[in-house]
Amino acid sequence: MLRFVKHFSLIFFLIFTNIVNSAEKSEKLLTTDWTFKGPFGKFDRASLQRGYQVYQEVCASCHSLKYMSYRNLSEEGGPEFSVREAKAIAASFEIPDGPNPDGEMFTRPGRLSDKFAMPYANEQEAKLANGGAYPPDMSVLVKARKGGVDYLYSVLLGYEEPPQDIKLDDGVYYNKYMYGNKIKMPAPLSEGLVEYADGTSATEQQMAKDVVSFLMWTAEPHLEQRHKIGFRAIIYLIILSILVYFSMKKIWSRIETEV
Amino acid sequence: MSEHNYQPKSKFGKWFNDRLPLLTLANHLTDYPTPKNLNYWWTFGGILTFCLITQIITGLVLAMHYIAHADMAFNSVEHIMRDVNYGWLIRYIHANGASMFFLAVYIHIFRSLFYGSYKSPREIIWILGIIIYLLMMAAAFMGYVLPWGQMSFWGATVITNLFSAIPLVGESITTWLWGGYSVDNPTLTRFFTLHYLIPFLILGLVVLHIWALHIPGNNNPIGIDIKKPSKETVSFHPYIVVKDLFALLLFTILFAAFVFYSPNILGHADNYIEANPLVTPAHIVPEWYLLPFYAILRSVPDKLMGVIAMLSAIFILAALPWLDTSKVRSAVFRPLYKQFYWILVADVLILGYVGAMPAEGLYLLVARIGTAYYFAHFLIILPVLGKIEKTSPLPLSITEPIMGGSLNAVPTRIRENSQKL
Repeated sequence: MLRFVKHFSLIFFLIFTNIVNSAEKSEKLLTTDWTFKGPFGKFDRASLQRGYQVYQEVCASCHSLKYMSYRNLSEEGGPEFSVREAKAIAASFEIPDGPNPDGEMFTRPGRLSDKFAMPYANEQEAKLANGGAYPPDMSVLVKARKGGVDYLYSVLLGYEEPPQDIKLDDGVYYNKYMYGNKIKMPAPLSEGLVEYADGTSATEQQMAKDVVSFLMWTAEPHLEQRHKIGFRAIIYLIILSILVYFSMKKIWSRIETEV
Repeated sequence: MSEHNYQPKSKFGKWFNDRLPLLTLANHLTDYPTPKNLNYWWTFGGILTFCLITQIITGLVLAMHYIAHADMAFNSVEHIMRDVNYGWLIRYIHANGASMFFLAVYIHIFRSLFYGSYKSPREIIWILGIIIYLLMMAAAFMGYVLPWGQMSFWGATVITNLFSAIPLVGESITTWLWGGYSVDNPTLTRFFTLHYLIPFLILGLVVLHIWALHIPGNNNPIGIDIKKPSKETVSFHPYIVVKDLFALLLFTILFAAFVFYSPNILGHADNYIEANPLVTPAHIVPEWYLLPFYAILRSVPDKLMGVIAMLSAIFILAALPWLDTSKVRSAVFRPLYKQFYWILVADVLILGYVGAMPAEGLYLLVARIGTAYYFAHFLIILPVLGKIEKTSPLPLSITEPIMGGSLNAVPTRIRENSQKL
């Protein structure tokens, strides 16, 4: 039995280190004290609410969140705005709808059931407005980049003067952590760019942390539920394993063979 | 099995069983004599059955919500992750379940390699297993394409393009597979159809695999033939059932750890970017369980030869019962084979590692050496080893493993058996 566990964990370890090794990157990413990491990780509501504010005031002018609905803002496990607040947020956007009985498209104030308003009508318009680069949809961005939250956090804080030997075209910026170091998005954050309602001081690090936490939630809206169910499931399985182990010992003791 | 003197107790049971002997089958399965010395490496057959059923059930639910259309597939997966009740759980079980399935199947295969379970009289079980493994790879590959992310799309492009290496008709075959001139909606819909079909083919083959197993019965860690039923065996139920269940529970703890705490660690980040035929990812990498074969494919400079090498690497396994010339099954009594076995394990792990790396410089060199060794193991080392290796004395029975039997216990035993007939 012990030998079995030893072998099993060895094989597992080899596979695992394989993955971790292949995930290694040259520049070490910045990180911060994420509240949602670890088996008991949860989102910080206030941070998610601030993160939504940063998204709305800074990112949303170029980046969409096309898989998110306004109703999500008041759902459990997210920023948990009250339903009234979420309704008010939704109503502050004009959502295209139609056609009406006259055959015409129109816009109306948003409702909880609407998806987040899109910054551009289509990809072409988005590219035209951004010097040919398409600002990616941010719904699952955290999961779509190697390094996840640490990578996004690092990119947000990684703007620097380019080294002497690198020449940048107009509208291209140098970022220490971006793949290839060249990015078409100008540094989005600057000290005091937003004014937090709860009085938190809006440093670059704070805003980056809040908005990346918010994006972690948009990518994994059920993260808290997942952690909670996971803990219960694993405890249940461990207890069941122990019970089955002793049943097994009892059954096999009838024939006096070591299991 | 051939002889059955089982009789149902109730009158109705007897009436029914005379017409459809399901009760005889159930009785056979519970009474099935199993060597009592099976270790935990033998529990992976049950674990694999669990994996297959889990994949089929979760897959069935996913298919109710998934839309196999190039414009909607990615969306529908996000819909499952966000809006379907516990959709995230079902999808993460299905996605990680594939990895767990392969983890288990690799352990199962390497168990067989170590204890010589593929040798006579179990060749058909082994070959059926190889076919199942092949189908698993096909199902897993097509399943990975369905979310229609970047890795899905480009993985499908790379793999289907391999067919274009076939001389003369390659291009036409590729077009036929795609249903067009590139990987597109027709490719996605047919992959979805096949992905739905293959698990049921696997299920049928698993039935044959188990049927074939129940003819000679299980091999065992000592690797000698045993009398059945006898003091050396236990009935499948409850002894093996409870042991398999215990091992399965340990396995599900590992499974749950992945599903709940790192559900995306075995996947590739690029697959959360919607497929875009105009943007090629920096590195196109298959899932971890296909990496050793990917390394073999890329270690050959010529495309056609690379494809042939990759396919041979799998098909060579089917010939294994005849390539391994040693009469002794278990590596426990084969001091030299045991060492080569572990070198092969290391070789496959190294191939997997370099398969994940860019095919250049040192990685490419290592991949080439690894590939050469892989084939050498099966084509040179195993046939020769069987002739020259001095095996340790075999015990006469599994209940007295310390008592040294004759060096030729297995051949003697076979001779004895044939004389009896």
